[in-house]
Amino acid sequence: MTYLARSPWVIHYDASSCNGCDIEVLACLTPLYDIERFGIINTGNPKHADVFLVTGSINEQNKEVIKNIYNQIPEPKVVVAIGICATSGGVFRECYNVMGGIDTMIPVDVYVPGCAARPEMIIDGVVKALGILEEKWAKMEAGKK
Amino acid sequence: MSKQVVIPFGPQHPVLPEPLHLDLVLEDEKVVDAIPTIGYVHRGLEKLVEKREYPQYVYIAERICGICSFIHGMTYCQGIEGIMNLEIPKRADYLRTIWSEYSRMHSHLLWLGLFADAMGFESLFMNAWRLREHILDDLEATTGGRVIQGSCKVGGVRRDISSEKLDEMASGLDSMQGELHDLVNVFLRDSSVRHRLKGTGILSKDDAYLQGAVGPTIRASGHSYDTRKIGYAAYGDLSFEPVVASAGDSYARCEVRAKEMFTSIDIVKQAVKKIPDGPIDMKVTGAPDGEYFARSEQPRGEVIHYIKGNGTKFLARHRVRTPTLANITPLVTILKGCELADVPIIVLSIDPCIGCAER
Repeated sequence: MTYLARSPWVIHYDASSCNGCDIEVLACLTPLYDIERFGIINTGNPKHADVFLVTGSINEQNKEVIKNIYNQIPEPKVVVAIGICATSGGVFRECYNVMGGIDTMIPVDVYVPGCAARPEMIIDGVVKALGILEEKWAKMEAGKK
Repeated sequence: MSKQVVIPFGPQHPVLPEPLHLDLVLEDEKVVDAIPTIGYVHRGLEKLVEKREYPQYVYIAERICGICSFIHGMTYCQGIEGIMNLEIPKRADYLRTIWSEYSRMHSHLLWLGLFADAMGFESLFMNAWRLREHILDDLEATTGGRVIQGSCKVGGVRRDISSEKLDEMASGLDSMQGELHDLVNVFLRDSSVRHRLKGTGILSKDDAYLQGAVGPTIRASGHSYDTRKIGYAAYGDLSFEPVVASAGDSYARCEVRAKEMFTSIDIVKQAVKKIPDGPIDMKVTGAPDGEYFARSEQPRGEVIHYIKGNGTKFLARHRVRTPTLANITPLVTILKGCELADVPIIVLSIDPCIGCAER
């Protein structure tokens, strides 16, 4: 990790999830899994974040909110879609107010399937996302030179 | 009158794990009105009954909310069993009771943690969630899922728990009780916590009743109202008293939830002692024809599942009245007149579960 000199911070938004994945995201941060020891902090401010964790699927009301948060996160950034609802709509894909996975609205880098996604899987997804974040950093640095 | 300012609160906000939007009308630092907007989590899953057969729909009912998932699935099953006049085996009733109480403990610990986080008490948040993992370990060992269990079905339950495991669970809860007491003591005795919670967001006894508050929110305002007392599942055979407080402030709501965890431990221990042997499920044939109101007590209060069948495999209507929706009206009342800095605490003190409320 040569380009990631600073700790990556995450921001979490519940699109239209049932809470199952959300509480597992929080469980990653608390003592049993404790990713905070690696400096990964859950921030409430999109301007401080590097990794965007989204649970649940897109609907009419939240599509603008998601776009808004995404646009506020500074480059480089990665998006992790957590849970099968964020990936494709899952069991709710036939519901009238579900427009599909997160990738119908913003570009997604890592998909974490599962209902609810387990903390181990979420951590694995975030670690994969950090690799992608580093590649993006490298590209940006190369562009500057 | 001083100048009024409108501050948007949510849908993305550091203290809210879920999206709820409030427009706070302020005069200086005082909130004079709060206008809630919901719909960020609406999926429209009630309409899926037209596309899923009624035994399959249990999976959907469980996913109304990931925190109280087991109780949603169970209440839906009780509704179908009510229409079809099914008398499910006693052992299944007891197993449902045990898992319901585990769900309640995990939900209350989760809430206590989030509440501590809203107060800015980070280490207390971590401690509550550390204890919660013990509960989740038992849920995972007995059902296979940490937060979505999938162990309830129409006509009984899907898995049995061996008597050795039941004893192990009871003794595990016993040994956890000491740590739980330490945690609850901080919430109820610590001077900074008391200072933050006492007197904030007072819901009077009359308001709580007239505005239809449910669950710990109404019990903290002095009403002994607990749906478990109607005796669904095995609650009729077990003895317990609803936890009631009278102050009606955020501290009282915290106190009720903290003490309810010990009631839950007691109920699980009684159920482990009394659980009869026998089958855990029964064969279900035919399709529901008729309607039924199934009620049960969730960690957040009373939930109602209205189910209407038309004699086919697909239900005609499924309607859920969730506790959070009932508690939003009292929330708006208690927000009026509070300080802006107290808003996160008051919003969290009703334990909002938006996933339930909007479905």
